[in-house]
Parts: sequence; C-alpha cells; structure tokens
Amino acid sequence: MMTYIWSGLVVLSVIFGALTGRIDAVSTAALGECLKAVELSATLLGGLCLWGGVMKIAEKSGLSEKISGLLYPLLGRIFHGLRRGSAAFAAIAMNLMANLLGLGNAATPLGLAAMTQLQKENPDPETATDNMILFVVLNTASLQLIPTTTATLRLKAGSQAPMEILPCVWLASILSVTVGLTVAKLGCALHRRRR
Amino acid sequence: MTGYAVPCLLVGFILYGLYRGVPVFDCFVEGAGENMKVILKILPSLVALMTAVGMFKASGGLDLLTAGLAPLAELLGLPKQVLPLALLRPISGSGAMVIFQDILQNFGPDGTIGRVASVLMGSTETTFYTLALYYGAIGIKKTRHTLPSALSADMTGFVCSALLVHLLLGR
Repeated sequence: MMTYIWSGLVVLSVIFGALTGRIDAVSTAALGECLKAVELSATLLGGLCLWGGVMKIAEKSGLSEKISGLLYPLLGRIFHGLRRGSAAFAAIAMNLMANLLGLGNAATPLGLAAMTQLQKENPDPETATDNMILFVVLNTASLQLIPTTTATLRLKAGSQAPMEILPCVWLASILSVTVGLTVAKLGCALHRRRR
Repeated sequence: MTGYAVPCLLVGFILYGLYRGVPVFDCFVEGAGENMKVILKILPSLVALMTAVGMFKASGGLDLLTAGLAPLAELLGLPKQVLPLALLRPISGSGAMVIFQDILQNFGPDGTIGRVASVLMGSTETTFYTLALYYGAIGIKKTRHTLPSALSADMTGFVCSALLVHLLLGR
C-alpha cells in the first residue's frame, strides 16, 4: 500500500511540477525535505529517550502494571488475547493515557514501545498482526480529552472562547475511533474466514 | 492547567519508584538507551515520506487536488476552505498546522469555517506519518487493512466535525 502511495506522490509531483512550471521548487523540496526528516528525528530523539527512561522506572516499580489494571476492562475488550500483566499491554495502556492527556510527544515513544512488544508475539515479523492494526488505528484516530495545541492556536488567533469546541471534539473523536476500530475488526474477521 | 500535567507525571513516577526502592537514575538511563536505537530505525521511512510529501506540495499538486475535490467537500458538508486542511491532515502534522493557522487568520476562529477547522484539527491525527513511524520502527512491510481502517476513521472525523459544529454551535 505505502509503495503505491509513495511512488505515486513522487511521480505526480514531477509531472505537476513540469506542467505548472514549478519544477525548481520540486527540486528544492526533493533535496531539502530529507534534512527536515533528520531535524524531526533529532527532535524526537530527546523525547524518546526521556519517556523511555520514565517508562523503565514505571515498569521496574510496578506502576505500569497498576495503570494497565485500571484500563484493562476497556482495552481487554478491544485487543484480542492480550494478557493482563504482559509488557505489551502495559505499554498500550500508558500510550493511551498519554494520548488522553494531550501529550502527543510523550505518546509516540510509548506507542513505539508498545509496537516493539507486540512484535515479540508476532509469528511473521514482516506482517502486521490484528492487535497491531487495532493499536495503530487507535492512535491515528486521536483520542484526546484536551486538544492543547488546537486550543492554543485558537487563543492566539483571538478567539473569544478557545475551548468551546471541546464537546464537538470529544464526540467527533469517539465516533471516528468507533468507526475505525469497527472497520479494523471487520477486516480481521474477514481475513480469518478466508484462511 | 495542562502546564502541570508533565511535571506532575514525572514527579509521580519518580516518587513511586523511590517508594518502591527502585534505583531510579540507573533505570532511567537504561530505558533511555533502549529507545535511542529506535530512532535509527525510524529515520529511513521519515526521509522517504517527507521527501515525497514535500515534493507534492511544492509541485502545486495539493492545490490542484483541492480544486478538483471541491464537489466532494460539498458532499461531505465541509466548507471548501477547510478541504486543504482535511487533505493534508492525515499526511503531515506540521503542514496541517500551517494551513490551520492560515484558516484562523483569514476566516476568524469563531466563525463556522474556523470552528469546523478547529474540531477537525482536534479530532484527527497524522495517519500516514503514524503508520510509517509505528510500522517502520519494527520492520513491518505488510500493513494489511490498517490504512483503510484508519482512513475510514479520518473520514468519519471530517464529516462529524462539520455536522457537530452545525448541530452544537450552529445558528
């Protein structure tokens, strides 16, 4: 899937660039964007190390086990066959917590830790498991209690009530997560039947 | 309020660790070191993705796509000025942020367009980036039906943001 999207984007950019006479800008982007990728990974590196360290403390002190216990009734229903005390489960629970608190930068490394744990239970390391799909969808659908960045930008733009969008954001997130997870679950069920 | 979230979280974790007799500093360094290796695995997919998206934006392809999809925007009930944001949102977080700010400045944060854009920003994520990052880090090549599922969630988010703004905040 990514193969087609990626090559499609590159090929189309060159065609459009030639047609619109912006081929110089395309060329600049082709050479310059990789630098931004390095910048972004450097930015991520600090956060990854920080939250990796914090996670380790939580793991060794038994705190992550406690937190995952609180979220088990909900998450156990979404994820298939994930054991309560497992490291994968703890990481998923922590990632969800960070997402809910609007700590996007903290959620990403926790999510990567969860993916690493899920990969350990994967019989075919090149193919995504059902639980990986559900977990990625949960993350792409953005469950947030406090959309900090959005509210800050609204305030900066002179909004009279930057938080008035909250009920809409909550409802929209819940609906989109539900639809995403349902489609993912249906896909998994179809896949199992075909085998 | 949210200024307290991170510091309190950190203090809470460290205090609980100390209470349980965990050597917190050594633990922290160990965990940080493990995550350092992850970034090296991510960089290649980031370079690939950001290059392609950057080229597409520069070529004017995104503008063309927006113009071509204006009827679709009408169908979804989205103001057409919000469509570039909806298109870019799944692909690039920083790109979406730039367009979002632009919309707020041009149309005001408290009008219908500004509100729909805000709800859309708050309730969706950079799907392609998350996908590339999460799967790239652990070397998954076949993502199966992840993308269609994630995009269906995004699509629901788009439609709902327009609909909910009209229902809950509309005139």
